[in-house]
Amino acid sequence: MNRKTVIKVRELVKKFGSFVANDKLSFDVYEGEIFGFLGANGAGKTTAIRILTGLLEPTSGEVMVAGFDACRQPEEIKKNIGYMCQKFSLYEDLTIRENIMLYGGIYGLDRKTIKERTERLLDKLRFREYGDRLISALPLGLKQKLAFSVAVFHEPRIVFLDEPTGGVDPLTRRQFWEMIYETASAGITVFVTTHYMDEAEYCDRISIMSDGRIVALDTPSELKRKYDARSVEDVFVKIARPGMKHSQETVAINGLG
Amino acid sequence: MSKAIESSGICKTFGDRQALKNITFDVNEGEIFGFIGPDGAGKTTLFRIISTLMLPDRGSMTILGLDSTKGYRKLRENIGYMPGRFSLYLDLTVEENLNFYASVFGTTVEENYELIRDIYSHIEPFRKRLAGRLSGGMKQKLALSCALIHKPRLLVLDEPTTGVDTVSRTEFWEMLRKLKQNGITIVVSTPYVDEAMNCDRVALIQEGQLMLVDRPQNIRDGFSRGLFSARAGDKYRLLLALRNYPATLSVYPFGDSIHVTFSEETPGRELSEHLLRAGIADAVISETKAGIEDRFLELMEKNEKRNQ
Repeated sequence: MNRKTVIKVRELVKKFGSFVANDKLSFDVYEGEIFGFLGANGAGKTTAIRILTGLLEPTSGEVMVAGFDACRQPEEIKKNIGYMCQKFSLYEDLTIRENIMLYGGIYGLDRKTIKERTERLLDKLRFREYGDRLISALPLGLKQKLAFSVAVFHEPRIVFLDEPTGGVDPLTRRQFWEMIYETASAGITVFVTTHYMDEAEYCDRISIMSDGRIVALDTPSELKRKYDARSVEDVFVKIARPGMKHSQETVAINGLG
Repeated sequence: MSKAIESSGICKTFGDRQALKNITFDVNEGEIFGFIGPDGAGKTTLFRIISTLMLPDRGSMTILGLDSTKGYRKLRENIGYMPGRFSLYLDLTVEENLNFYASVFGTTVEENYELIRDIYSHIEPFRKRLAGRLSGGMKQKLALSCALIHKPRLLVLDEPTTGVDTVSRTEFWEMLRKLKQNGITIVVSTPYVDEAMNCDRVALIQEGQLMLVDRPQNIRDGFSRGLFSARAGDKYRLLLALRNYPATLSVYPFGDSIHVTFSEETPGRELSEHLLRAGIADAVISETKAGIEDRFLELMEKNEKRNQ
């Protein structure tokens, strides 16, 4: 398969003092791929994501995201990615329309483009009647769908989703995954972290981190075959358990999330 | 079987929002009873009422044989409540928190140590550490130890596994099973549908209403139609094609496959032809067994139809 690489990581190391949060990570993520980034609490996921999104500088190693170097061009990376996290990231006291316009403006889209895309988005989400409502008045499921739409509003190369579907009902969760499929099929790479192991099964490929290292990386079906497991959850419990105690303690000592 | 909780017609409204609508259920003594539903379904409100921390607007609740509104003083001695948000004192040490909770209930850590030994032993090496400096999994174990230290008969756990990784979640359910063996009744809530299988019985809750109360196995068996699992290289294209098929009733992405139901008995040649026309030549469709989540979705569809 000759696929375009949009994230290239080689020997990535990130240290905080003597604590090694990311220990020689190496992996590629391809264009239009849904890539699941899993790991126990404190395994080093958050640190890696901060580096990939240009928020944190690596200690050493090579990190290329959307064609830009994470050490030298973090601002370029930020322009070419979208980000949505578990904690809701829209402004509660602005309306839906205002939120969309704000994010469009931050990413430097011109007025005309913002206006066109806003109307298209409101139609697509069947949000037209809600357009002038405050975000705070929306049910959680709608908020999360909107947050995702806003994260890809500027048509980035890659969108990072940090625990995007925490706490939503099964129906909303599925509608959300359909949006992810649609986005990926349009060529935008989706990089997603989740605690729902059944959700990892939706991804094209997944990586599992433990104690700062990537201990497994493959398609869900291949991992299940390799570890003789019925589900990704079984795979995870088999390979992420051994180091967990150690990482929990180190995290607590260093006070890192 | 004697009842730990008997709830009848519980309603609770906040302003113009009906948080709980006519909640009726029983919990048997000694069982693990789970409430499964998304954020905003009413789980926390219900758990505050069970813990005697909030009064319902209407309805009655009998807990351990006592009326929850009149007998709350006596009840609190027998209920251990672990709120969803970590609520211990961050500026006290692990040990100080535990001692404090024990003394509030007029007991000592030594007296009930046996009950918490399995859980507390994980964090005991860090007993001099401030609670605010613990990792998520350790905080969870401390909170559970504090909820248990007065040897309650009923344990009420509000979303104890939310945001916790799957390894810690598995460990946590193992701990609950051991507590159950000590005769403690456990009421627990979770947004993770897959955790239902750890409970003796579960209630599916959505928008302040109980959709169903039953054993997990019965919930799965109650799925009313034939369920099929469909796979293809291009999942999204397959999903759209299945949705366009005239005899399709429901289509949902489900991990690495797509779950679909049809109005006809078994999808046959027409479906394969339909998929081929949509450019899908590698589809594999086989009958599969419904899980709790399939049933949850089916019930949500029915509710939506009723509301329309």
